[in-house]
Order: sequence, then C-alpha cells, then structure tokens
Amino acid sequence: MIWNEARECMSRDEMQNMQSARLRKLVDNVYHNVEFYRKKMQELGLEPGDIRGIEDIEKLPFTTKSDLRDNYPFGLLAVPQSQIVRVHASSGTTGKATVVAYTRKDIELWQECVARDLMMCNVTKEDIIQVAYGYGLFTGGLGLHYGAENLGCTTVPMSTGNTKRLVTMMEDFKATAIACTPSYLLHIAEVIQEMNALDKLSLKTAICGAEPWTEKMRLQIEEKLHIHAHDIYGLSEICGPGVACDCEFHKGLHVQDDHFFAEIVDRDTLKQVPDGTVGELVFTTLTKEGMPLIRYRTKDLTSIDHTTCECGRTTPRISRFKGRSDDMLIIRGVNVFPSQVETALLEIAGTTPHYLMIVDRVNNLDTLEVQVEVEESFFSDEVKEMENLTKKIAAALQSAILIAVKVKLVEPRTLERSAGKSVHVIDKRVLDE
Amino acid sequence: MFLKQLTVFLENREGRLESVTDLLAENGINIACLSLADTSEYGVLRLIVSDPDKAKAALKEAGYSSRLTEVLGVRLEQVPGSVNKLTKVLAADGINIEYMYTLSSSKEFGSMIVKVSDIQKAYDTVKKAGLDIVDPAAAYAL
Repeated sequence: MIWNEARECMSRDEMQNMQSARLRKLVDNVYHNVEFYRKKMQELGLEPGDIRGIEDIEKLPFTTKSDLRDNYPFGLLAVPQSQIVRVHASSGTTGKATVVAYTRKDIELWQECVARDLMMCNVTKEDIIQVAYGYGLFTGGLGLHYGAENLGCTTVPMSTGNTKRLVTMMEDFKATAIACTPSYLLHIAEVIQEMNALDKLSLKTAICGAEPWTEKMRLQIEEKLHIHAHDIYGLSEICGPGVACDCEFHKGLHVQDDHFFAEIVDRDTLKQVPDGTVGELVFTTLTKEGMPLIRYRTKDLTSIDHTTCECGRTTPRISRFKGRSDDMLIIRGVNVFPSQVETALLEIAGTTPHYLMIVDRVNNLDTLEVQVEVEESFFSDEVKEMENLTKKIAAALQSAILIAVKVKLVEPRTLERSAGKSVHVIDKRVLDE
Repeated sequence: MFLKQLTVFLENREGRLESVTDLLAENGINIACLSLADTSEYGVLRLIVSDPDKAKAALKEAGYSSRLTEVLGVRLEQVPGSVNKLTKVLAADGINIEYMYTLSSSKEFGSMIVKVSDIQKAYDTVKKAGLDIVDPAAAYAL
C-alpha cells in the first residue's frame, strides 16, 4: 500500500517540474529572509533569478553543520520566531547543540513523510505501534510518534528505558509494530527470549533507524523475532526520521524527494556524481518554512538510484550507508564527535591529555569507554581526588555528548599513537555486510 | 621539616609496580618505605626514597606521571596508645588525615608518614603535643 500515490509514484518529469518550481520559491525565500544565504549567494554573484530549475541547483552554495553552529540558535530562521511551534536539537561537534526549528506546516510535512514511510513498511491504521526511541530534543521519538498518529495507528509512546515493561505491554496490547534503534531492538529481542514471550506476541514489523546497521543485522532481527524489519533514515537538520525508508523489496531507501531533494557529490570535487557512484549525500529542503536548508552536506556516504522500484514507487533510492566522510560516531543513536570529548577534557583538566574512545557493543547495546592518560598536571597523591576527577570527567562528557560514558584513567604514553598522531577512536562494533 | 613523598600513578595490572621498582633500582635509589592505594583500575604508589628529586626526574624521563608531595613524618614510642595520641591531637585541632602509613618500626620506636589537610598546622599541633618530627635527611637515609 502507498500512502500518497500521487507523489510517491509521480513520473520523474512531473517530479522535476514540481521540484523546479519549489526550488525557485525556496531560493527566493531564503535570499530575502535569511541573511546567511543572501550573503553566501551574493559572494557567488548569484541572484534568485539565476536559479531557473532543479538542474541549476549545483550553482547554489553548500550548507554545513558548522554553519548551523555559527548561527546558533535561531540565525537561520526564515520566518519570525512567533511562527515556530517546535524546536529539536542534536549534539554538535564542539559541544554546542545544533538546533532546528519547525513551523506548524513543517511538522505537518514531517508527519506526512513518516506516514509514507510507515506504510512503506506495511504499517496501517489497524496497527498498534510502540515508539521506543527517546522522546525529547532527539527527533526520533516525537518524529515517529506524530507520523504514526497521522497514519492513524494506535501509538504507544514507550520511549526508552524499561525494556521488561515494554515487552509486557507489547504482549498485553498485542502491539504489531515497533520503532526503535536496531541495537535496542536486538536488546529487546533478548529480553523477549528471557521472558519466554515470543510465542505470545503479535509483533510483525520493526522500523529501525538513527544508527548505522547492516543487512546482516536486519536479517538477524527478522529471524529472531519472526518479523519484517525496515530501515528508516533521517537527520534532524533536514527534519528527523522519515527523510527516507526502505520498502518490502529492501533495495535502497526511498527518499521523499518532493520535499527533500537529494544529490550525491564527489567527496573531493563536490561535483554531482552519476547514479550508482558513491559520494556524499546532500539535501535541499524544498518545502520547509522554519529553517530551510540549501544543499546541506550530511557527511553520509552513499549512492543513489533513480529507476522505478519493484514496489511501484518512483522516488529515488539511496543505498545502505558506506560510512561517513567525517569522524562522527553514532552511539546508541546519538551523534558523537571526538572533538566533543576533547573540549570536555580541556575544561576539566585544563589541558588536552591523550585519550582514546572505545566504542563497543555489549549485549547488543553500544557502550563508550573513554581512556584518559593521567598527566602530572592533574594527578593527585590522594585516591579521593582521583575518584573525583574520574567522576568529573564522566559527568562533563555525559553532559556534552548526552550518553553515559565509562571513564578509565591510564598511564601516560600507553595509548596508541600512529605517526605521531593519536588514534582517538576504536570502534569494536562489527558492521560487516 | 617536611618530607618529600614521591607519588606515582600506576595502572592496576601485572608488571607495573615492577617496572617502577626496576627504574629506581637502576638509578641507585633506595626505597625507605612505600604504600600502595589500589582501586580496581589504577593504583597510587607512595614512596619515601633516598633521593626524591632524582627519582622524580628519572620517572618523568621514563614517562610516568609522578609528583612530589609534602608529608609529615612523626616518631612515636612503641607503646600502646601512641598512634592514638597522634590522631587525637590532630582531630582536636580539626586536621583531617588523608592517609597514613609506616615509615619504620623498631622495638623502641615507630615512625609514621601522615598526609594531612593542613601540613603547617599539623606540624605545630604535633610539636605542641610534644611528639617528635622525623628529620627528612634521616628518613631518606634509612
């Protein structure tokens, strides 16, 4: 079933016409209402009239995460703040949050996209869905929640945390669908096994996203829980989950490109590459009002396919992600940058000691340990002081990157360095295809 | 009047203490006494050595995190109640003992290393109570 056949199955010609019209309107809007874009366009000698259609998009400047940070919190708004009805935030590279703002219409288009995606996963209004993403500044919880309500599902806002209660309710409510991170779902599967509950469940679909996972992991989830598992993609800068999702054929994630125009660009030249070639994914929000973004560089590496899918949808599909072009880690669905750890350590220790982030997956849950070399400047002869230091570092890291961190103090010169440069991250999570 | 205690940060795993004692031995530094405070992951090694400055320099050179801390050495009679006498006067003056350990012990006397919240105040308190302060040179020469 298709939620919005008129859009999702539109011919590519019609779609391009619509995208062209929307892009012209967007460029005109940001040129007149967002100083940041007006300046950027003026620097390039561009005027709104120079953008005649979607084929001219390459003339436009890129937007990066640091642009969002530089304009923190509301510098990129294209409407008066009184028209903003909601704000979300994700962690930024230097500890400062990246803020995104939505008008009522932005929320509507977001829930439209999520509804399309859910139906792509064969979820309908008959379903009872548990949303087990975190609710809050993170877009996962509320994004899926509004989308599921829009579709008409019986929506249960579980959030994350008490997994046993989640399983009990899954059984009692006869929940048929769940939305959460793939690693959390694997954890849930284990709890289901411990509780011997699998036979009593009615679960048939899982919509997982917000962290990288593999086809192997998807199949593992399907086999363990006897369900269909789908991959949903999104990023808060663009709106949140719902930007793209995979259908029952699992041949890439359909991008809702009447709202979010996707380009794949070469990592070095930043020129568009043909279908099938891996490059960096770039999005332009064609219809957003609150904080529209032009050519936002996601840093996610993938390729795109514009051919019609077996499911009948004509929306282009992006392939499973090949990695990132920066050093961002996704831990339990949360974006983490080594630079955040650096900043937090600098604040506590007054210097940047050598450190190593070890990311692992224990019992299907991501863990982060930060090892810090103890330097003389903050070493104490009292164990009490050392314990306080450990606690202070852990608290500072947790408030900077929003996930629990285990801090381990190690001797100087014990952490690995390669060619004079420190290796700051070891990711032990196996993500082979 | 105060003793220089050498403190070294060590990870709690096999061979780490050995590597430090190795280094001190190589440099001809005698260990008068030591105390090791352990946690599950690391330890804080505290030593009174024959030449604290030389030991510190050698450790720094070898890449260890170490520091010199001022502590008090107090000589006590080898009789019941003498440690209590020390702790009593310190407590009475509102001085906190962070940690303490034995420097040496014989039939007649024992001496303790004491790390306190306020070393100058503790020195005066101990003196006033009529207890003997261990001379640093004597401690290093043990």
